[in-house]
Amino acid sequence: MGVEIRVEGLTKSFGRQVIWQDVSLSIPAGEISVLLGPSGTGKSVFLKSLVGLLKPDRGHIYIGDRDLPYLPEHQLYETRKLFGVLFQDGALFGSMNLFDNIAFPLREHTRKTEAEVKRIVLEKMDLVGLMGAEGKLPGEISGGMKKRAGLARALVLDPEILLVDEPDSGLDPVRTAFLNQVFIDLSAQLDCTFLIVTHDINTARTVPDNIGLLYQRHLAMFGPREMLLSSEEPVVRQFLNASKVGPIGMSEEKDASELEAEAKMGLDSGKLPPIPPQQMPSNGLVRRGQHAPGAWCAAHGVTPPPGSFIDELGRNWVDEWPRYVASMQAGQAAGAAGITPPGGFPPPAPGPGGAGYR
Amino acid sequence: MTTDGITPGGIGGSSPSGRSTSRRARRAGGGGGGSAALRKISDGAVNVAVKEPGRFFALCLDTFRAIFRWPFQWREFIEQSWFIVSVTVIPTMLVAIPFGGILSLQVGGLIRQLGAQSYTGATAVVAIVREASPLVTSLLVAGAAGSAMCADIGSRKIREEIDAMEVLGINPLHRLVVPRMFACAFIALFLNGLVSVVGLVGGYVFNVMLQNGTPGAYLASFNAIAQLPDLLQAEFKAFVFGITAGLVAAYKGLNAKGGPKGVGDAVNQTVVITFMLLFVENFIISTLYFQFVPSKGM
Repeated sequence: MGVEIRVEGLTKSFGRQVIWQDVSLSIPAGEISVLLGPSGTGKSVFLKSLVGLLKPDRGHIYIGDRDLPYLPEHQLYETRKLFGVLFQDGALFGSMNLFDNIAFPLREHTRKTEAEVKRIVLEKMDLVGLMGAEGKLPGEISGGMKKRAGLARALVLDPEILLVDEPDSGLDPVRTAFLNQVFIDLSAQLDCTFLIVTHDINTARTVPDNIGLLYQRHLAMFGPREMLLSSEEPVVRQFLNASKVGPIGMSEEKDASELEAEAKMGLDSGKLPPIPPQQMPSNGLVRRGQHAPGAWCAAHGVTPPPGSFIDELGRNWVDEWPRYVASMQAGQAAGAAGITPPGGFPPPAPGPGGAGYR
Repeated sequence: MTTDGITPGGIGGSSPSGRSTSRRARRAGGGGGGSAALRKISDGAVNVAVKEPGRFFALCLDTFRAIFRWPFQWREFIEQSWFIVSVTVIPTMLVAIPFGGILSLQVGGLIRQLGAQSYTGATAVVAIVREASPLVTSLLVAGAAGSAMCADIGSRKIREEIDAMEVLGINPLHRLVVPRMFACAFIALFLNGLVSVVGLVGGYVFNVMLQNGTPGAYLASFNAIAQLPDLLQAEFKAFVFGITAGLVAAYKGLNAKGGPKGVGDAVNQTVVITFMLLFVENFIISTLYFQFVPSKGM
């Protein structure tokens, strides 16, 4: 499960305005990647290009072995069935209630009986915490509920790739944290490739396996989370620490003189904050795509900033990780309780059928 | 630092040299006021003359291809037909009555001066069935049905529903546009009939009651000049108008952008463009009709 997305030399412009150019990256199968960037750098445009809603000017997008921008229409529609996309506002169909919205892909693309459709829809609604809201129209519910309903609709066909556009926009921090946990649990359960476009630094620091940063019409950097969080590259550093100090200014990039002034004041020589431990599934599973904490730093001889990988209970996850994995695997096999993952979500009490998802 | 998953040369974008060139380029672009304005105008002209018609034509072809895709969306077709009926029937009747009356007054007066009162009915029928009813139909189809359709599709586009539909593997042209286009054409056929009947009744009432015409003369000369092909060409026009209005509304709706104001703009443009196209089509079809169908001899 999970499909790799390989992007090569992608360029997109609207009229004379270049949105980004020469973007090349490969989003590894089964891993969670986050795409960051200042407002207006074309993150949503990038997401829409990945599903073929916008045609790039140049470059290739390989989904498996299919080059998406150059597929004939019927193959494009076929390929899109691999995707689940959560749009910014959920993009629910206003004329249908939540149940019909979520059932829509099933009714269109499968020959399931109405009883089966109902079972699957209710299961997904339970997953995103929307039980009891089946009969509501999208106009009657809050933004957070719309987003969760949109997620449920994106999930009903068990996608191989999930693209999520700003899950945190217009959502309170608590719901954002829960939604992030839902993403991680889904990733563990479905093993699909995730790409999340966001502004939320907290999400970017704790959720993904990989981080990408779009800046100045280019992909500034893309790589494992630990690489970007320990990077001294000014743009990456400024953005991932939500700092005013650095090359990104209010409306555009700062002048050379402003940067010099900052350098003189010694503002840019502060220490990097510690790398937080990655958020882990709460459903008693271990994500296949997850890397061991500190593995990238160790493999590349990078010393992580002091205090890295230590969670709120004071446990160092570099040491904790092997025991955690072992206990989870034992828990899955024997039904014993595991170690609490960072983030404070205890693993569920394993039932008779093993520690599956709820 | 090289690892798997890192793009080679990806960091180039934030190098100082790259930054300064882009900055200079932007300043230069902002500085040349005159040439920039000229370029904007020429861009606009190309857009209006070539790009927009080209895209519209492409949409028409795609929609034509989508017509033959199975299954036809009957449910959507019936719902949309009913919706179009609900927004057009009352205004159509209210427009048709005074239209018939005006025609009676104008043509009736003229005919009396020429001393051909016994042909009042004949002229009213010809005027209403041949020209007036397609015209009124076109006004209503463009103004009421087209605008409502564009507003519907446009707001769906703004809410990203159309994108969501495409991502879910469903072609919005097949799903939304084809049934709407046919619903529009289908209802336009009936609207045309409605305008003819209501207009004729209106004309009759005005003629008999206000102009002291005799009912017998009005009715007796009813089919003196008019012939069946007149009605057929009017129905053909109505059908073509319906298709055109549906396509323009879909095109403008699917290309709406920029929030609620964008939808408003799209609706506005839909009405204006549809009016213009329908009048041109009306002219062309009328001209061809008179070329190919001989008038009835008296």
